[in-house]
Amino acid sequence: MPPTSPQAPGSIRLDRLRGSMERQDYSARKITALTVNPGCERRAVLDAAGIDKSGLAARLGPTAPFGQSPFAITRQRAFEEQLKANGYAELITLLRAELEVPVAEAAVADLNTVGENAGWWPRAGETRRLLGAIAADHDARVILDHPVLTLNVAGTNAYLVPDAVSHRIGDHLYIVVIKSFAAVDGQADAGKVAEAAKQAAVYVLALRSVLSGIGVDPTLVAEKFLLVLPKDFANRPYGRLVDLRQQLDAVRHQLARLGRVEERAATLPPEATLDLSTDPRTGHPTVGTDELVHTVEALPHLYGPRCLDMCELSRYCRDAALRDGDPAHLGSVVRDSLPGLASTAAAYALARGELNPSAAQEEVAALLGDAVRLRTLRLAGGAA
Amino acid sequence: MSTLRVAAALEAAATGRAAPVTTVRHVHLADRPLVLIPLSLAGEACAPLAAMVGTDRDAPVLLTVPNPKDRTDRFHFAARLAGHVLPYCETFATDTESYEYGRGKARELRERSTDAPQLIVPNRAGVGFLRLLGRSTRFRRTEGPYAVDPAVPRLGQWLSWFTDQNEFPTSSLCVGLTQMLTAHWATGQSPTEDAHLPALMGWIDPPPDTDGPTAARQAEDPSRFPPAGPTTDPVFDGMLTELYTAIGQASSERRRAAAIRQLEEQLRTQLLPTWRLMWRGLDLLEERSAGRSVASRWQTDRDRFTGFAAYVADGGLPQGRWEHASGAARRLARLEDAADRYASERAFDDPLVMAEYELTGEAVVGVVTVANPSRTVVSSSGRRLLRPSLTLTVPHSGRLRVGDEVRSPARTGQKAEVLAIRRTEEGPYEIDFELSGGMGRSQRPPPPPGTVPELGDEVCYTSLSVFTLPAALPDDASTPWTHGGPPQPHAPTDDDANEAWE
Ligand code: SF4
Repeated sequence: MPPTSPQAPGSIRLDRLRGSMERQDYSARKITALTVNPGCERRAVLDAAGIDKSGLAARLGPTAPFGQSPFAITRQRAFEEQLKANGYAELITLLRAELEVPVAEAAVADLNTVGENAGWWPRAGETRRLLGAIAADHDARVILDHPVLTLNVAGTNAYLVPDAVSHRIGDHLYIVVIKSFAAVDGQADAGKVAEAAKQAAVYVLALRSVLSGIGVDPTLVAEKFLLVLPKDFANRPYGRLVDLRQQLDAVRHQLARLGRVEERAATLPPEATLDLSTDPRTGHPTVGTDELVHTVEALPHLYGPRCLDMCELSRYCRDAALRDGDPAHLGSVVRDSLPGLASTAAAYALARGELNPSAAQEEVAALLGDAVRLRTLRLAGGAA
Repeated sequence: MSTLRVAAALEAAATGRAAPVTTVRHVHLADRPLVLIPLSLAGEACAPLAAMVGTDRDAPVLLTVPNPKDRTDRFHFAARLAGHVLPYCETFATDTESYEYGRGKARELRERSTDAPQLIVPNRAGVGFLRLLGRSTRFRRTEGPYAVDPAVPRLGQWLSWFTDQNEFPTSSLCVGLTQMLTAHWATGQSPTEDAHLPALMGWIDPPPDTDGPTAARQAEDPSRFPPAGPTTDPVFDGMLTELYTAIGQASSERRRAAAIRQLEEQLRTQLLPTWRLMWRGLDLLEERSAGRSVASRWQTDRDRFTGFAAYVADGGLPQGRWEHASGAARRLARLEDAADRYASERAFDDPLVMAEYELTGEAVVGVVTVANPSRTVVSSSGRRLLRPSLTLTVPHSGRLRVGDEVRSPARTGQKAEVLAIRRTEEGPYEIDFELSGGMGRSQRPPPPPGTVPELGDEVCYTSLSVFTLPAALPDDASTPWTHGGPPQPHAPTDDDANEAWE
């Protein structure tokens, strides 16, 4: 049963934006995606309002495919199951080896369900209770499997579920992240490790916030996390402690910025809504596409090619960037080399002398002008 | 990214078609390249799913894995791939030429292959996958439990070697097509999007009735333009899962064979569009004439190939799992040299690339307005030396300073020293140069015709230095394994070959 989400006491404005649709919860991945493009208020507001971005994107036009291969899903599941088989034997072995834990045994609290209940609240409550017990007992040897942590993100409660939290080791608790990309000869894909680290940072912050909430010193949570990967080409687990200080700063910074999301939402007209529901009788959408576009457009965005890897709305935003000739669609390097120029067409016209530069544009216009002149000369065979 | 490339990207965006950023081709294209498109099984470390391979554009060979989870099947795939890669490499080992190496006493006669293999992969990710495939096969044992075909570890050695060469910008032994294409064209999309071969080709070579942006947009539909791999489209994977299940559960040999045929059909449809695009991409590159230094860089490649082929033929051990410290240091130095060499040779070979240095002021181009070809000077030892001089009128003096030593792409063997820089009343600059060298053996004026620039010639001078071979190449005993043997040859351990076979 999927976890059901209680109505968080979020902002009324954001709730209205979502309309009658069910709220899409924050996940660690969603939060880290925000740090990829920290300047984009559009995504920030949509996430804070819990809007189904895929559904919205589908209404707006072509969607970006974000499917996961069934092969990858099967593999991830098999690897996790293997680690947790036989009372988490492999995970415990790994903890012992990597964190030099002297104790061979540890109990595991399975927090995937509480009783029969897989809802957020009971799981979050049980997680809190167990954390309290662990904090009180220096020798507690309980590993938490899929604990539910809560974190206040821009006024809404996010429920975050790390793969595991280690038992208490040398007065520290460690977030455990299990991924199925391999570490070959001790090296894994740097981009994927960085992504996992950002997610771990979100979990660390959440775990600390839970501990603070129950009056426990949050520094109990380590600034490193245990990343568990398959070793080489097989399924044997390989684990490494990865430092998180940098990622913690980045995520903390982003979370602080999100505080302004409500203010941004408040600038929308009070009747603005992105309700994606359909009329049960007619099957027609309750809100017309034009209106959706209107509201989305009222939220400032900041398109960049990295959006293509992480945001459901990327095709829509890219189309707009193309239409406006926003230099960002050519990538950050081109964008950064065109200071003060808002469109590629204008830049090209300036470069060809078809437009007079303003005082602020003179320098870049002259440089581009030289470049275009030289290109024309050298392509025409003006070799020297 | 240079301003010149930014200008090209703006042009592409404005015209809807990729804009060339070179006037010549800076990569060697083999007469008979081996085109290889690997597909990987999503989620696994290095599980091959299929490959299309061959040297004949009209006869691609499809290799598949009936059960990608099964290691026996995977290594069987590797053996079949080896059946294409190894004979291909071997054909180049027989035809050799001798050449002199070193100078003076250290001079010796060496042999090298007259040609070398060239592996063309769609993109950088494809190279990365082959690197892992090389790693996963080169330590396999050919006897005992889980023995594999002897061709498998050999394939591993070759793939490890090829993909290692890809790190060197000077090398054309193993290249990703998108890397080559983006080195020659700028598109109106981002580098992220350029890494997708169908989209990139859409900009460079859009179908007749459309333009770059439209073609690139269409190329994003995986049902019409399958990704160039090694990652596959998840929807396609979903269909494959069903086929694999059908193969695994087939109640008879006949049914199993039928299911495998169906799988092959699907994979062929998935790979053929990329196969065609790759050959088309190679055609487009072929249309450009090769830059002057391309042949000498390919000669280095041939040297490296000769060394490695001999090493493998002698039963050389597989490359270690980790590079030892001295090997890594040498490799880093070689990488730096290669980057410098490539940058300067590209500029000297290609006026459009040199224009990047004109923009930064490291090169000037102008017309010879005064020429004194018979000028002589008296050296400190009293000898009379031929030192022609000339004056260039240029719009900017760039970053040249009096006393700088510069070179001209037209006469790389000739040095020029900046004698004076003046600003004229009308605005442009005049620069006086003194020339030495590159005039044959004659020390008496006038210099042989054509050896020095003449009045009215347009000439480029740059402070960029002509690449000279790095001074001390390590001798044989201390060269990396690529040329024979590292100081401490890697001794394979049981651990290297250990791999779970579940
Ligand atoms: S795709 Fe659009 S909404 Fe998403 S992060 Fe980028 S700019 Fe923001």
